[in-house]
Amino acid sequence: MTNALQGAIHTEEAHESARLHVTGAADYTDDIPSPANTLHAYLGLSTIARARITGMDLSAVRAAPGVVDVLTAADIPGHNDISPTGLNDEPVFAEHEVAFWGQPVFAVIAKTRDQARRAAQLAKLAYDGLPHVCDVAEAIAKGYPHVTKPLTLERGDVASAMAAAPHKIRGEMRVGGQDHFYLEGHIALAIPGEDGAVQVFSSTQHPSEVQHMVAHVLGKNSHDVTITVRRMGGGFGGKETQPNLFAAIAAVAATKHKCAVKLRPDRDDDMIATGKRHDFLIAYEVGFDDDGRILAVDGSFAARCGFSADLSGPVTDRALFHADNAYFYPAVKLVSRPMKTDTVSNTAFRGFGGPQGVIAAERIIEEIAYHRGMDTLAVRRANLYGAGRDITPYHQTVSDNIMPQILDQIEESSDYQARRAAVLAHNAKGGTLRKGIALTPVKFGISFTATWYNQAGALLHIYNDGSMLLNHGGTEMGQGLFTKVAQVVADCFQVGLARVRVSATTTDKVPNTSATAASSGTDLNGMAAQDAAQTLKARLVEFAAEHWKIAPEAVEFTPEGVKVGDEVYSFEAFIKAAYQARVSLSATGFYKTPDIHWDRDAGKGRPFYYFAYGAAVSEVAIDTLTGEYRILRSDVLHDVGHSLNPAIDKGQVEGAFVQGVGWLTTEELWWDDNGRLRTHAPSTYKIPMASDLPRVFNVELADWARAAEPTIRRSKAVGEPPFMLGISVFEALSMAVASVNDYKTCPRIDAPATPERVLMAVERMRG
Amino acid sequence: MAPRTNLNFILNDTPVSLHEIGASDTLLDFLRLNRNLTGTKEGCAEGDCGACTVLVGRRAARGLVYEAVNACIRLMPSLDGCHIVTIEHLSGQGGALHPVQQAMLDHHGSQCGFCTPGIVMSLYALWMDNPRPSVADIEVALQGNLCRCTGYAPILRAAKAASETGGQGMDALIAHRADMAARLAAMADGARVELSRNGQDRAIIPADVTDLAAVLAEHEKPTIVAGSTDVGLWITKHMRDISPAVFIINLAELQTITQDDTGLTLGGGVSYTDAAPALLAAYPQLAEFWGRIGGAQVRNMGTVGGNVANGSPIGDTPPLLIALGAELALSSMRGTRRMLVQDFFIEYGKQDRAPDEFVSALHIPPMPADALFCGYKVTKRRDEDISAVAAGFFVQKDGYNITSARLAYGGMAGTPMRAKGAEAALIGKPFSRESFAAAASAIARDFTPLSDWRASKEYRATLAANLLLRFYDQMVGEDETLTLRQEDVA
Repeated sequence: MTNALQGAIHTEEAHESARLHVTGAADYTDDIPSPANTLHAYLGLSTIARARITGMDLSAVRAAPGVVDVLTAADIPGHNDISPTGLNDEPVFAEHEVAFWGQPVFAVIAKTRDQARRAAQLAKLAYDGLPHVCDVAEAIAKGYPHVTKPLTLERGDVASAMAAAPHKIRGEMRVGGQDHFYLEGHIALAIPGEDGAVQVFSSTQHPSEVQHMVAHVLGKNSHDVTITVRRMGGGFGGKETQPNLFAAIAAVAATKHKCAVKLRPDRDDDMIATGKRHDFLIAYEVGFDDDGRILAVDGSFAARCGFSADLSGPVTDRALFHADNAYFYPAVKLVSRPMKTDTVSNTAFRGFGGPQGVIAAERIIEEIAYHRGMDTLAVRRANLYGAGRDITPYHQTVSDNIMPQILDQIEESSDYQARRAAVLAHNAKGGTLRKGIALTPVKFGISFTATWYNQAGALLHIYNDGSMLLNHGGTEMGQGLFTKVAQVVADCFQVGLARVRVSATTTDKVPNTSATAASSGTDLNGMAAQDAAQTLKARLVEFAAEHWKIAPEAVEFTPEGVKVGDEVYSFEAFIKAAYQARVSLSATGFYKTPDIHWDRDAGKGRPFYYFAYGAAVSEVAIDTLTGEYRILRSDVLHDVGHSLNPAIDKGQVEGAFVQGVGWLTTEELWWDDNGRLRTHAPSTYKIPMASDLPRVFNVELADWARAAEPTIRRSKAVGEPPFMLGISVFEALSMAVASVNDYKTCPRIDAPATPERVLMAVERMRG
Repeated sequence: MAPRTNLNFILNDTPVSLHEIGASDTLLDFLRLNRNLTGTKEGCAEGDCGACTVLVGRRAARGLVYEAVNACIRLMPSLDGCHIVTIEHLSGQGGALHPVQQAMLDHHGSQCGFCTPGIVMSLYALWMDNPRPSVADIEVALQGNLCRCTGYAPILRAAKAASETGGQGMDALIAHRADMAARLAAMADGARVELSRNGQDRAIIPADVTDLAAVLAEHEKPTIVAGSTDVGLWITKHMRDISPAVFIINLAELQTITQDDTGLTLGGGVSYTDAAPALLAAYPQLAEFWGRIGGAQVRNMGTVGGNVANGSPIGDTPPLLIALGAELALSSMRGTRRMLVQDFFIEYGKQDRAPDEFVSALHIPPMPADALFCGYKVTKRRDEDISAVAAGFFVQKDGYNITSARLAYGGMAGTPMRAKGAEAALIGKPFSRESFAAAASAIARDFTPLSDWRASKEYRATLAANLLLRFYDQMVGEDETLTLRQEDVA
């Protein structure tokens, strides 16, 4: 059936805000007209990595032009704590001890942002310095604690399987972190209301948590606090827990001074004072046979968590959940080590630890391939999950595996074998430029591993002119969530998409929402919205059957209008009639993901509702004189089930791939010996730009794929999984380097593979 | 003539005259805070992300030109007599989308949308100047714009589509270019302009070069502001007081470019963009290097003279200029003196310039017929990145033997510096890979580089040596270099 409706489901519809984006008319939090007399807050940050605070002279700050107030821990009416885990390990303001360089110690409130920012420079803080540790390996060596309880996943007898294996390799890999570099930085605008209420406009992926944290810091109830966000200028996980700080300070100042307060840090301060993707130190041992088939894997995943737990527990858990990637490990033991370090507390970032697990699996594949003199793809195929080899290290059965089909298709469409032969022939000539090619897969588990997070609510109104206003718990950060969910609702009533307006996410419309994270936004909120739509639809059908005295089956919503028997009513007329018949035209919807369960202590369960699959082939060239490189071509094939909107899903795949490439190539976080992050702005921290794209970039959705489970219209989540396809570039670089030594050894390049790391690896290969 | 005390420009359709405006006031804050033109975004406040990209129309020798610039580090006093065009000005009557906007919408070029207005403005500048851009041209136009969501692929598709749509003849800026040029010309009164905010944060725009010398002589420690691609960060990142600031970007005498028997002379205020045609005609080897200085916005604002005067050890142009044997002219009320660019750099943070002197010109001698020359820049990210190591190599030979060499490096010491030991290792030796390998091994004795976030000392040392081999290979045509732009790939 063809569907002529504008914005119909499963069609390429533009982002609901695209017209606003391209005209500059889309309002972000900093663009909202400020109330009269709005004050501005600015953070005062520590300038030492670890110390006792022995003195805080803020007199010059208070005396600076325009300054109204200076807030410290003593000014917090409720709790000086924004720990999202309830561990009480993350203060709003450092009070007695500094835990990292750049930790907020106070906030200046002034008439203008410029005045507040200048005044913040005038503080005289006295410290009694303490030794600090930034590096994971050093933290382990010095006996630093875990910030949260580690996880072990175990299946089979690893010790005996390893002992019996014909070949064994033990190795180590460092994987760098990553700054989110959302283009819109953190911001909060707090507006006080009557009787202690406060509304905060926050650039957040998790309005409910900001609500709870603001209430906690203010010493109030959740019903006193409303958090609102229409859109973010990017999130990527960096706005899951990190907005709490900014919202809490703005709210404290606003309620204290009874006027609006805005807090927007400069980019440098944003990058210094907020968490990033976790850096990992991965130690692995793999036992395998002559054919490259894995027999046993023993892995340890130590992460730089920073000074507090934040989300490091679930992040390091997810690293373990993905340390198998697409491969069956007959015997396996994986342990996480969420290490405390004297650095900013690391947090969620697209993939949430998964990428660090997947890259370990791919390193293991590489090690085996170089050891056996095999093509990495052959090793991959030998180890894929399959019949009788379908149990993960966490004891979930992989029942929806489409990896073989994905690999077959992309191996052919990318002409992998012929191009690999050409790369080998090119390198055999021994020139300055060397090439590499790699095909890497991804299998990614979908669901929050905190099972209770897998719920969502929606609120749908139909006004008596036939227009609809949709609200749900998900937040829009550019991923197209609002567009896809609106398509679901419009489809239920067979109306054009323009009829559905999605309003700002706000905690007073839909309560107790989960973070828009874990790629789950559409899966959860699409279902909740559909539930609300179906409730209304059922009411309308019942009304029509009664009103026009016809069987309910004779009432049908069609693109031409609502069919009632032989009559067709315009949607407007139909709704008007329902309104006049006093039908309730507002409904809530709710969804919880079925069938999932997880016993963390036992390391067993079904944490994931389903898996998403994909693969990429990348070819690179490296310059063995400088270490510089180009991505010559990348082909991507990704499974999003039955796409709700192929244009938006393809955009997610392309964007995630490039972001994943950035993580593994040019994005390097660098701390100096004083524990100070020195890559804290785009001048020093290099995310990909247009000219870094593969010279040929072919991205396809596996349009034949359908979710095996009854997900929203059999689509699958897309936000995170394709991020890991950037590993194909990393491994292709590794192959190009390996060519220098005739592929005899695995180059063991640490991530990110900057030009420096590539050149230094080439030098190592030359011996 | 009495100094004028107001700043005059045209913002979109509206003439604006400001009395209370300081030297450190940025265009971005003016647009967002003063005019509620919030379509222009702040992403980094250091000219690196491009979210604040707007067009500035200025009267140049070649007529009224519209250029993409970073509003976050563009200082208001530099805009006297200019036409500022923001994203709000782009849509037509009744909200009809401009072809660039329509293409961005049709090709799903926005996701979060925060970088989008800046990207639209950069693509608009490209669309105006280059109706049939190659993918390489588009990449260059987007060198100053970061997007974190899309991976750029849909933006490249949109830029192509916009060029296919065309419609330049109906574009308001193009159609009214002559009228606007006349309006801007009418605003030029030849007066010195003196501005301040409540008497603080003073800015002076001299009437001409003679007046500039007088202004510099009149004030103690004035800050000379040319393109503000560095001074802008003194304000936005370091909150430094630059008052009194002397703005030189409007002075026509510093915008001259002459080419004669003595070589190429660039006025002290010539931007990278304006220098490019003459410079790259004379030294075509620099085409790739020049296209990797900053992004388009920085090249439109930044000046070659400022890049030298600033004294940074990691400036892009000093190694090139030193290798080419370029000279610097410093002028003041006391006259003009010339020196080799290499002699200008005394030590880290210290240059041979008195506070009353300004860079009036750069003289680059012509290339001798027997000379070989090239410039190199190695960075973590290919475009819009600061060098780990930059180099300019100039070698002359008499058929077989090397007779002279200037091997200049940036990023290897506290100033841009020649590798004297490596030069000595080459002179008198055959022009062969062995000679260059010997010179490369001398590099370790010439420099003791530092480790920082851009590169370790080991990498810098290895690169500096290897670039000599790269130079030799390239000069004898045996080099394989990485393909750079989209078109270069078969």
